Amino acid sequence: MGSERVAVVGIGQTKHQATADCSIAGLVRQAAQRALDDAQMTWSDIDAVVIGKAPDFFEGVMMPELYLADALGATGKPMFRVHTAGSVGGSTAIVAQDLVAAGIHERVLTVAFEKQSESEAMWALSVAMPFQPPMHAGAGGYFAPHIRAYIRRSGAPDHIGILVALKDRLNALKNPYAHLHEEGITFESVKDSIMLWDPIRYSETCPSSDGACAMVLTNEKGGDAAAADGRKPAWVRGTAFRSEPTMFAGRDQVNPRGGQECAADVYRQAGIVDPRRDVDVVEMYVPFSWFEPMWLENLGFAAEGEGWKLVEDGVTQMDGDLPVNCSGGVLSSNPIGASGMLRFAEAALQVRGQAGEHQVDGARTAVGHAYGGGSQFFAMWVVGDEKP
Amino acid sequence: MRDVAIISFAQTEHQRAVSHINEVEMLMPLLGEALRGAGIGKDRVDFVCSGSSDYLAGQPFSFVMTLDAFGPWPPISESHVDMDGAWALYEAWVKMQMGHIDVALIYAYGKSSPGEIRRVLSRQLDPYYLGPLWVDSVSLAALQARCGLEAGAFTVEQMAEVAAARRRQAKSNPFAQLSGDVDASTLLAQEEFVAPLRKHDCPPITDGAAVVVLAAGDVARELCERPAWIRGIDHRIEPHALGVRDLTRSVSTEQAAARAGVGEGKVDVVELHAPFTHQELILREALALDDAVVVNPSGGALCANPIMAAGLIRFGEAASRIWRGEADRAVAHATSGPCLQQNLVCVLEGA
Repeated sequence: MGSERVAVVGIGQTKHQATADCSIAGLVRQAAQRALDDAQMTWSDIDAVVIGKAPDFFEGVMMPELYLADALGATGKPMFRVHTAGSVGGSTAIVAQDLVAAGIHERVLTVAFEKQSESEAMWALSVAMPFQPPMHAGAGGYFAPHIRAYIRRSGAPDHIGILVALKDRLNALKNPYAHLHEEGITFESVKDSIMLWDPIRYSETCPSSDGACAMVLTNEKGGDAAAADGRKPAWVRGTAFRSEPTMFAGRDQVNPRGGQECAADVYRQAGIVDPRRDVDVVEMYVPFSWFEPMWLENLGFAAEGEGWKLVEDGVTQMDGDLPVNCSGGVLSSNPIGASGMLRFAEAALQVRGQAGEHQVDGARTAVGHAYGGGSQFFAMWVVGDEKP
Repeated sequence: MRDVAIISFAQTEHQRAVSHINEVEMLMPLLGEALRGAGIGKDRVDFVCSGSSDYLAGQPFSFVMTLDAFGPWPPISESHVDMDGAWALYEAWVKMQMGHIDVALIYAYGKSSPGEIRRVLSRQLDPYYLGPLWVDSVSLAALQARCGLEAGAFTVEQMAEVAAARRRQAKSNPFAQLSGDVDASTLLAQEEFVAPLRKHDCPPITDGAAVVVLAAGDVARELCERPAWIRGIDHRIEPHALGVRDLTRSVSTEQAAARAGVGEGKVDVVELHAPFTHQELILREALALDDAVVVNPSGGALCANPIMAAGLIRFGEAASRIWRGEADRAVAHATSGPCLQQNLVCVLEGA
């Protein structure tokens, strides 16, 4: 078995919202059915199912792939469950693409989900464990000091986070699947929102969403067939994971080496020399607004300490020269386990030219990025409109 | 298919409760032992994959801390499954098929002692219809055994023979939790635990961990005198709803075995991940094993059942018989879910 080319030929997602009127099985099936419809396939066309989600504690179902086998038409097929912290949606897509790239399966369905209305993620993350630093009530408390450190190091002005939040929430108005549609949002309304974990304001924080995302991945033959039928595939040009230790004095949580190396690896595979020039659009994992400038630096789109300037100059706006999170991003929809796959899928939608109102004209190379844990787990892919 | 082999294996001395050390401390010596067994340092490892469950640790993202046992610095390429470590091995094998990496390390661990494992496993069930009833794992296995007994698929005597045989074999396994000479009639004289199961039909509750090292092609030949080559590997799942399954058969094992090529040659030894005696009988039937095949020489999951690692241990046990020249062709099996819902089958060969 060599390394087969892999194409994304079907993408589906649910409307991300606070309270879904269906079960967990209903949620994942809806996204999967939409991906199959998009790929013009039926359940029987699928060879294997790869599913991912964040901790089982979030819904209180241990190893939910067992229960979801029926809903995802997996009977008699391989069903695989991935769990790599918040990066899981991205990692899940990579495991699925590996099955096709290795020549083991021709058509793989991959799904990621979270149903936060059946859980309380903030408290699920706040279990006190002996000999471990507490999470201080959820992820915001954990990440606020990293953001504070970034502001101090880079000298970024206070309003950068507000600009990111405003941009992403305005972009979300163009995405019918986004959870938050805040029609009247303004710079002032973000600025005046309550301070939750200084410097993170309420409006600079991701929502708690129910949602699922699914993709159908095929080999070169499947990608060519879709293209011949006028359904443009997204071709996978590179994938990478990186992990680093949680408790290690030598690690930089503001600009983690794992993220830098993950980006360098995936760019090398995709033949990207200068990411700022060679990448047309980016979907990065930004659960708190300030992570946009931080990741711009970490992923090589800006020099260290300069990421905030791209935000201030409007470079990452939809009409800027490096649009970031045109979908509205994690700041507008956060079904945690699915959020990474949504970044990967939105990147693929862009190069397929199917992102609707939030489409960037002429997007040919897109980066999907996910991170998790305390910024020590990374998953990325690069997709393009041309066969690698 | 690219040649990939198991070249090293380490496991804990399995115990009912290891309360004085945490998961990282449980794994660290094993990681060193497995790397030494392969004759490599961790810098030679291209990919790490692990299997565990947050529901055993009682903590979300529990695997995050456990990764510290490997010491992932500089940053590593790494992934994790909330499945038995056998599926982590499968993910690593898939990665190796693409030809870019040569060495992968897989680990799996589970401490069942901190919680009530029967109740914990009931959280695997459909959360709307079955989970709220708190049907526990032993009761579900009992339901399956009852189906088999009433269908005439096996007898309680055969089940007791399985238990006695595994305990006897485990006497030569220093890592086993249970072992000893006991005859089936003595076991059958015991009262029922969850009818029709007696205690001997059920697995012990175990804390434990395991590590396996995989290597590809010439690297495997360089590092191991007689690598255990993966000649076929496949896994399949069945519906979750028990009412639509024939519980007396393991259809997904039959499917995986056919795709892994179990029947394409003589099998010398098989390591089955059968936590309950009747499940071993069902699996032997599904794999169409003849009586000459040595079954579970380690004692199997009936003698040590560290959940999330028990499947991966089958791979290590089967491979070690190939390394030692005791077998030329071995089958390793892992299961997941209530009543053998999901099964993975692998064929290992010495040449």
